[in-house]
Amino acid sequence: MCLGIPGKVIEIRDDGSMLMGKIDFGGVRKEACLAYVPEIEIGDYVIVHVGFAISRLDEEEALKTLELLRMLDDDAVAMELGSMFAPDEAAEPAGAAGAAPPAATA
Amino acid sequence: MKYVDEYRDSEIACKLLGEIHRITTKPWSLMEVCGGQTHTLVKQGIDEALPKGVRMIHGPGCPVCVTPLEQIDKALAIAARPDVIFTSYGDMLRVPGSTTDLLSLKARGADVRIVYSPLDAVKIAVANPDRQVVFFAIGFETTAPANAMAVWQASKLGLGNFSVLVSHVLVPPAMTAILDSPTCQVQAFLAAGHVCAVMGWTEYEPIAAKYGVPIVVTGFEPLDLLEGILMAIRQLEEGRAVVENQYARAVKREGNRSAQAVVGRIFEPGDRTWRGIGSIPASGLHIRSEFAKFDAEARFEVGDIHTQEHPACIAGQILQGTKTPLDCAAYGTLCSPQKPLGAPMVSSEGVCSAYHAAGRGLAAPTAFPLYELSRPDR
Repeated sequence: MCLGIPGKVIEIRDDGSMLMGKIDFGGVRKEACLAYVPEIEIGDYVIVHVGFAISRLDEEEALKTLELLRMLDDDAVAMELGSMFAPDEAAEPAGAAGAAPPAATA
Repeated sequence: MKYVDEYRDSEIACKLLGEIHRITTKPWSLMEVCGGQTHTLVKQGIDEALPKGVRMIHGPGCPVCVTPLEQIDKALAIAARPDVIFTSYGDMLRVPGSTTDLLSLKARGADVRIVYSPLDAVKIAVANPDRQVVFFAIGFETTAPANAMAVWQASKLGLGNFSVLVSHVLVPPAMTAILDSPTCQVQAFLAAGHVCAVMGWTEYEPIAAKYGVPIVVTGFEPLDLLEGILMAIRQLEEGRAVVENQYARAVKREGNRSAQAVVGRIFEPGDRTWRGIGSIPASGLHIRSEFAKFDAEARFEVGDIHTQEHPACIAGQILQGTKTPLDCAAYGTLCSPQKPLGAPMVSSEGVCSAYHAAGRGLAAPTAFPLYELSRPDR
């Protein structure tokens, strides 16, 4: 039901009573209500729940988090994991990880 | 930056998992509140890859699962009326009521329609002025802004043929109820990121302080969950209990003020019964009297509801985290996604359906854990 999915704002319009727009979810385009993200601009990413954008995604925060995650200590990790994840498996690109479900809820 | 693939990087996932193993010195029990988080944890096998003794308890954050049987039976009574077009999120259609479900009712001729957004239900009301259009407004704080906006729009348009059957629940009172239970084993929470995107996290600060539990606002992708678990365990290991925000890209401390304003205009807090759990004080949202004419319960006479749960279903204990689907005698035998006895087996956010989809406790596994999913040949 209330899957929250990130998508890119590609169209913004005021339909008279509400701010509406079109969102691109990796190729699939859908209408969404933008009334709760009035500051939104074309090209921004939002989280959409049941046809409503509820949050504008903050690129700066997102990059900061990813940067911190990438800096995790490799040696300590390798020591802890031991043979659980063999290095050749762990180093492979995240191919089918993209097949995981789009996002989530509540 | 697409905000999806970046958070499914298997190399970083392995590093995070390693860091969790490195810092963990004691057994800990964490609860992920949201059913969407449960599905990612189970599908990716994250809960099974954690250090021995670290346990993920699955929380009650599946809106479909906790919608009380009485409301489902009321929905069925309203949907059966010939003058009604009954609209609902798709997940609700197969949730068993006392005697039937919305999908069976539809098969027997009732006008039951699935909508993606409550605004679609408003459009149906505009297009069908001679019919009563009812929307089943269920969910947590995440769907409340959408459902509130539908009522607001109907009010602005002066629609006399639109109403909502409300069954809204709130997360913080449920967390408090879980912590107050004498059998509570939860030592830290992963709070639901999208609930916090709407509401912020100020409501959680007194809970963390009063009960001494770390609360980490967490997102839904595999890396989000791993980082949320790492942050929660770090707090537990260091003896801290505060609210931290893992999901900073989507959640601000104050939440979404314009959404909160519309929700507060249409709804007010009140007691609410949770299916399988019971009544929790001030844990729900009800329509304000000013908008009472849009309340389907006031518009249609739906008294005399006698509810009857299936005797084999232990959904209540599963939703409270005291049992898992594997403790249920009916799981995978009497009860399956094709023939569900309880809501957690139906919903895309239900823990029973998550276990079933991952093949847990079944003869033939149907999914692969984290390190297998990340292989490019799959």
